[in-house]
Amino acid sequence: MEQATQAELNRNLAQMLKGGVIMDVTNPEQAKIAEEAGACAVMALERIPADIRAAGGVSRMSDPQMIRGIQEAVSIPVMAKCRIGHFAEAQILEAIEIDYIDESEVLSPADDLYHIDKTAFKVPFVCGARDLGEALRRIAEGAAMIRTKGEPGTGDVVQAVRHMRRMNAEIRRIVSMREDELYEAAKELAVPYDLLVQVHRNGRLPVVNFAAGGIATPADASLMMQLGAEGVFVGSGIFKSGDPAKRAQAIVKAVTNFRDAKLIAELSAGLGEAMVGINADEIRTIMEERGK
Amino acid sequence: MSSRRIAVLALQGDFAEHEQALASLGVETFEIRQARDAQQEFDGLVIPGGESTVMGKLLRELDLFEPLRRRLVEQRLPVMATCAGLILLAKDIEADATRHFATLDVTVRRNAYGRQLGSFFTTGTFADLSQVPMSFIRAPSIERVGSDVTVLASFGGRPTAVRQGHQLAMAFHPELLTDNRIYSYFLENVLP
Repeated sequence: MEQATQAELNRNLAQMLKGGVIMDVTNPEQAKIAEEAGACAVMALERIPADIRAAGGVSRMSDPQMIRGIQEAVSIPVMAKCRIGHFAEAQILEAIEIDYIDESEVLSPADDLYHIDKTAFKVPFVCGARDLGEALRRIAEGAAMIRTKGEPGTGDVVQAVRHMRRMNAEIRRIVSMREDELYEAAKELAVPYDLLVQVHRNGRLPVVNFAAGGIATPADASLMMQLGAEGVFVGSGIFKSGDPAKRAQAIVKAVTNFRDAKLIAELSAGLGEAMVGINADEIRTIMEERGK
Repeated sequence: MSSRRIAVLALQGDFAEHEQALASLGVETFEIRQARDAQQEFDGLVIPGGESTVMGKLLRELDLFEPLRRRLVEQRLPVMATCAGLILLAKDIEADATRHFATLDVTVRRNAYGRQLGSFFTTGTFADLSQVPMSFIRAPSIERVGSDVTVLASFGGRPTAVRQGHQLAMAFHPELLTDNRIYSYFLENVLP
């Protein structure tokens, strides 16, 4: 008889977030603004990626007290980030009953070789990926949701586009293969054969895939949805802009009606100042290269 | 039966899973994302799982709330709602002043089982169906049912699925599993 395991229930929560926008927030007030604007979840963190980039130094998991404040302020799911490989930070986030942990390249990696064994946790994880190989390795480690890495804190969408296109092009290639070619493909991508067979049969990742990194406008959100994202994360793009509430609402509506250019034209009008972009080619800290 | 057309509210959430389940039963579906979509002919509505705050807001801002509410009330439009959909139909929401369609005479409590760590799977009976798999994801509970409401499934002494005439609503997610018997129940018993 049909059964659902904890791992499946965790993948299921990501399915509930589809078609939605997950917003970075740094305090309960911002969390409320995000919820009222239609965010389907919030990411609680002390500093948004643009400020992490500006501050430099070591960036760690946020203060649990600050995360609790946000959990109490909203009824939607609350996510929080831990450093790549820092399973003790992840244990703390699980202990405060976070809804989703983002093992994130935005923070300073704690381990330059190993990611967290996410199968050892009951709480779900989302991880960044630049291509199909990274995505399936994270899923093998127990990730219940994938997002593109993009280049966080820049407002430059080029990397998110590159990662989404690359992932989907690789999926199409795997779908077109003969079954006996999948063994070699699994070796080449350095991924478990069983997961690759699932991609071959279903033509999609085994988990929900969102776009993240550099999304700042309703048009960016529409672009990523049309390229195959199932929803979007907006980090610095909202609370680094001139009118966060208005921009947040516009991005939410743009994700729901991502093919309606006329509506997105209206949504994009008079939004005020977008976040100041940093060209992804002009930065020194390349977050997307953290964790492969 | 196959000539019937079901609208799936596709503002946010797992609407694609409902479409797949209905397609596997040979039922034609289409998505409602904005007001003009709702002007088409359809025989029933599915309200998916997702975040009720997001769907409630988008229903109003995309001018879908009144037309759909009117069809639910005046034309007794058959509706199947899961999780967030149950919250949108509920007459009362505990500890929350927000009301949405408010056509189903129940009181619900949002996130009644806590955060994601409280999400769970069980099997149970649903009407005269046995061993029905049920996944509860940050699920609401049904705390009170009106006298016109029939309880179809329960867990831990509380109702988890209810029917009031043309309205079928549940706190769990048949769309996440391959067992399609609840859809068949909707198509055979709730749709005219």
